[in-house]
Amino acid sequence: MSVSETVAAAAAPAGPSPGDPSILTTEQLSVWYGTSLALKEITIAIPRNRITAMIGPSGCGKSTLLRCFNRMNDLVAGARMEGRITFDGDDIAAQGVDAVALRRRIGMVFQKPNPFPKSIYQNVAWGARINGYKGDMDDLVEKSLRRAALWDEVKGKLHRSGLELSGGQQQRLCIARTLAVEPEVILMDEPCSALDPISTARVEDLMDDLKADYTIVIVTHNMQQARRVSDMTACMMLDEASNGNTQRTGIVVEFSPTEILFTKPNDPRTEAYITGRIG
Amino acid sequence: MAFLFGCAAITVITTAGIVLVLGSETIHFFRATGESILEFICGTQLEPEAVPPRFGILPLIWGTMLIAIGSSLIALPIGLLSAIYLSEYAPRKLRAVLKPTLELLAGIPTIVYGYLALLLVTPALKGILEPIGLQVETFNALSACIVVGVMIIPMVSSLSEDVLSAVPRGLREAAYGLGATKFEVSTRIVLPAGLSGVVSSFILAISRAIGETMAVVLAAGLRPQLTFNPLTSIETMTAYIVGVTSGEASAGSPEYLSLFAVGMALFVITLTLNVISGFVLRRYREVYQ
Ligand SMILES: Nc1ncnc2c1ncn2[C@@H]1O[C@H](COP(=O)(O)OP(=O)(O)OP(=O)(O)O)[C@@H](O)[C@H]1O
Ligand SMILES: [Mg+2]
Repeated sequence: MSVSETVAAAAAPAGPSPGDPSILTTEQLSVWYGTSLALKEITIAIPRNRITAMIGPSGCGKSTLLRCFNRMNDLVAGARMEGRITFDGDDIAAQGVDAVALRRRIGMVFQKPNPFPKSIYQNVAWGARINGYKGDMDDLVEKSLRRAALWDEVKGKLHRSGLELSGGQQQRLCIARTLAVEPEVILMDEPCSALDPISTARVEDLMDDLKADYTIVIVTHNMQQARRVSDMTACMMLDEASNGNTQRTGIVVEFSPTEILFTKPNDPRTEAYITGRIG
Repeated sequence: MAFLFGCAAITVITTAGIVLVLGSETIHFFRATGESILEFICGTQLEPEAVPPRFGILPLIWGTMLIAIGSSLIALPIGLLSAIYLSEYAPRKLRAVLKPTLELLAGIPTIVYGYLALLLVTPALKGILEPIGLQVETFNALSACIVVGVMIIPMVSSLSEDVLSAVPRGLREAAYGLGATKFEVSTRIVLPAGLSGVVSSFILAISRAIGETMAVVLAAGLRPQLTFNPLTSIETMTAYIVGVTSGEASAGSPEYLSLFAVGMALFVITLTLNVISGFVLRRYREVYQ
């Protein structure tokens, strides 16, 4: 894919035009926790079948933005949003949209590996089962574990607890569990921050494999990682207007193809951040 | 260190002392009456004042079980459902009010539950059941089951709620992230993860029902009988002990000694319950980080 194509993807106006290259878009999205504004007027478009990274200093709202995409913030008392988020052209907060159904299509992998206290097999099968999967469960479990590059390590002990695995294996188990539900988008919130370099490399390879079938959005503090794995990168910052207050408001200062963002950033704040002068 | 050890030692010594006294007096009882353990436990005639006296405590065991089962049928489902509601569904503010309110129930003296049974529950039962042709005695097992059930609800709900809300948020989020509904998260992730604590709260509540005395004496009376009819009077093991101690059995008499034997039987039942619960916990618990 050429750089100009990606730029076009990012810049394309949101809307359900056929063959729309963006799968998720936000328009003027603002999020509050209680009375404090956590995200201000975010407008971005996540391209389909690409890996989009989000970088930025701690507290600038990366997780908050990610959690808006699958309406996970609905579960937080006092969280409120304004603006529009579309998935495949449809407003995800519109009346009659079921957050539960949405989360089946937009999976999530968390910072801390959080396998269920169940067997490895059950961990993978659980999500598929509650979603009414009718096919052969053994096949699905094997396929998902293979996809998550974990099969060879666990095939002999599928009925052992998922918690007996190492941190890196647990994280790949969580990825397998997400894949078993067959979502279209996978949101990953710092999926490697609890992992050693070898496990991290495995997860990164895996993301590259998954790109053909899924859209991935990854939050990371590791700039090398963003650079290695992603096609597009969003750089987020704390809004200077909010500094000094108790309120810390996040904004997107730049959203560009990763190559450009890291070599010729348009925004001085991006440059300051990636060269280590902020954050 | 030495002080802490002392405290621990006192607990152990006291427990051992109680068991020892119970044990030796129980042996005295069997020597004095010449009954076998089998006759004692399975005998259906309880006539301490007859000549010769007969001590078959099956009616007492049955009465105790009736109260334990009946009150559990009320308390376990209600307690567990309230715990799930409080931990998973209730808005934070409502929960802040509801939980202490439920716990207040546990602070009401049991004797109060006893006369509430006598003065409110039994008349209400009569009002409902007698028009449809069911005879309700003034002292009856059903009203005892109801008040003991209500009495132990807070044990179940409060302890279970504690363990359910201690289940890590990450597990809930993982489940929601896979497209689970609130009901699926509550019943298939949170409940299994907290199951060991829930089962312990059940066992504690059942032990409490088995050991409950005053409310049961007042509500269900002191008539040892083997009956399936909960609308008649029964006698539990604890009620028997109250009956004998408040009567005029002289120290050393078989009737007096039977107190210890019944106490021992009660102890064995509760101990068995604890052992079973320990086994259940080890076998079925899901450990989380
Ligand atoms: N559940 C919540 N309730 C209230 N405020 C919250 C909540 N979650 C996040 N916030 C606030 O929103 C802001 C953004 O938080 P968020 O977790 O999205 O940042 P982040 O960019 O992911 O940070 P990090 O890199 O440290 O993970 C922070 O100021 C945080 O305090
Ligand atoms: Mg975060």
